[in-house]
Amino acid sequence: MGILDTLFGRTKPVQPKLDDLFGLPSAAVQLEAATGFKPTGSGSVSFRAAEGRPFADIQKEVLELLDMDNGKPGGGLPVEVTKDSYGYTWIVSNHLSDEMDALVTDLHAVNSALVDGGFGPQLLCTLVAFSDDNHRRLSLVYLYKRGTFYPFAPVPGSQDRRDNALELQVKGILGEDLKIEQDLGRWFPVWGAPGL
Amino acid sequence: MATPTRYAPDRGLTVRMTATMFLLGLVFVAFVALIIGIMSAAHASAGAIIFIAVIFGGGSAFVSLFYSDKIALAAAGARVVSPQEAPELHGIVDRLCALADMPKPRVAIAPTRMPNAFATGRNSKNSVLCVTEGLLRYSDLTQEELEGVLAHELSHVAHKDVQVMTYASLLAIVAGLLVRFAFYSELFGGGRRGSNDGNAALLIPLIMLGSAVVYAISFLLIRLLSRYRELAADRSGALLTQNPSALMSALTKVSEGMNRIPTQDLRAAEPLNAFYFTPAMKLTRGGGGKSLSALFSTHPSLKQRIEQLEKIQRELSQPGAGNPRGIQ
Repeated sequence: MGILDTLFGRTKPVQPKLDDLFGLPSAAVQLEAATGFKPTGSGSVSFRAAEGRPFADIQKEVLELLDMDNGKPGGGLPVEVTKDSYGYTWIVSNHLSDEMDALVTDLHAVNSALVDGGFGPQLLCTLVAFSDDNHRRLSLVYLYKRGTFYPFAPVPGSQDRRDNALELQVKGILGEDLKIEQDLGRWFPVWGAPGL
Repeated sequence: MATPTRYAPDRGLTVRMTATMFLLGLVFVAFVALIIGIMSAAHASAGAIIFIAVIFGGGSAFVSLFYSDKIALAAAGARVVSPQEAPELHGIVDRLCALADMPKPRVAIAPTRMPNAFATGRNSKNSVLCVTEGLLRYSDLTQEELEGVLAHELSHVAHKDVQVMTYASLLAIVAGLLVRFAFYSELFGGGRRGSNDGNAALLIPLIMLGSAVVYAISFLLIRLLSRYRELAADRSGALLTQNPSALMSALTKVSEGMNRIPTQDLRAAEPLNAFYFTPAMKLTRGGGGKSLSALFSTHPSLKQRIEQLEKIQRELSQPGAGNPRGIQ
């Protein structure tokens, strides 16, 4: 914020950065080669629904758009919409494990529709899920406002423990492919996120 | 530039805030002129009084700014809590900070039954957001309403309100000290007066009078500025969550809660009042004191705050989302 904004107590809404999301498919290949974690094919976009009709209309349009190519090759399953306990809406898109490109396209369709409608500042994060043969779970979370990724690995069967060692390992592996969030304080946990 | 945005800046509020800050600056200039005038009259004891007041005033403002987070936490008896201790509270703050792209402040809980919240700290790195147990447990706020309150407090952090208000209060602190020092030197230094010329004897009462006027005016202006900054924080908070209705209902609930609180808690909360979500103190009671209390109040009236939020509510419900107004 500039000094004038500080003086007058104005907050400029922060616009999301969308482009870095397209680094995901190559990062997924890299991740699988190095750790054995494969994409589950599930990914989600999380945003803060605004009150009022215009936002509801946009959300409806997005869902119709995503469900249009159901059943076609690469089209994936119908999208799910859930609201989490913090009041954020998650649109979950499910594809096959090897359809990372199609998944990212779906996610991009959601966020660009919100941006075009003027609701870009409402985007919170996007989450893509991975798992390995031992059923360990991992997700890459994309922070829209920062344009960075961070890993989130909940310990299976535990309520609120994260596998920090795995997370830091992933940070090291993907550091060259993806923009990883360097401020560890911003790696906030998304317990029970849909699609995880 | 071409990104559509649904946020129209509130010009009226900006204009009013500019006017207030301009007046505050004007008082400052007048005050400095007065001091220079007195200094040039070269009366040693008057000069010393002014010098000491500036050092003390500036020093105390600097200390209160630098340690604002620790002072406020200690005064409220609050304790910084970890994500494990208060996962839900941290979860809300995490998400709001990610939405607003700001560093996360520390989160503290104060063991007070009165439902309230405040944010303090000299910059965003050292800021701390504190909520009372009353707000979490006894005020039956829904999650969205609690989020509205927290977004309001985070806006104070983003707007650097502690810094701005400390700088704005600097003048009033110095002027207030000068009144006191001049009064004491008048009281105890009276004997030496005969040895100086009669002209200089008038200087100290003059300092006292001038400082008292400056103090009174700047006090009112600071309170006015504080009210505008509350409105600005309401606005930014509501725009962040895009849910002005939740903030409105939280304000109503918390203000109602205020009326039920025993007076002991209210008195304990007095020094922190300026940074609270809603003020815990009522300055005047009954007897035509309404407009006067509005003048002295650190917070705008509930009615004013609700009216502003209703405006945002209407903006959000306007049709034509694909064709938004106010592209900046």
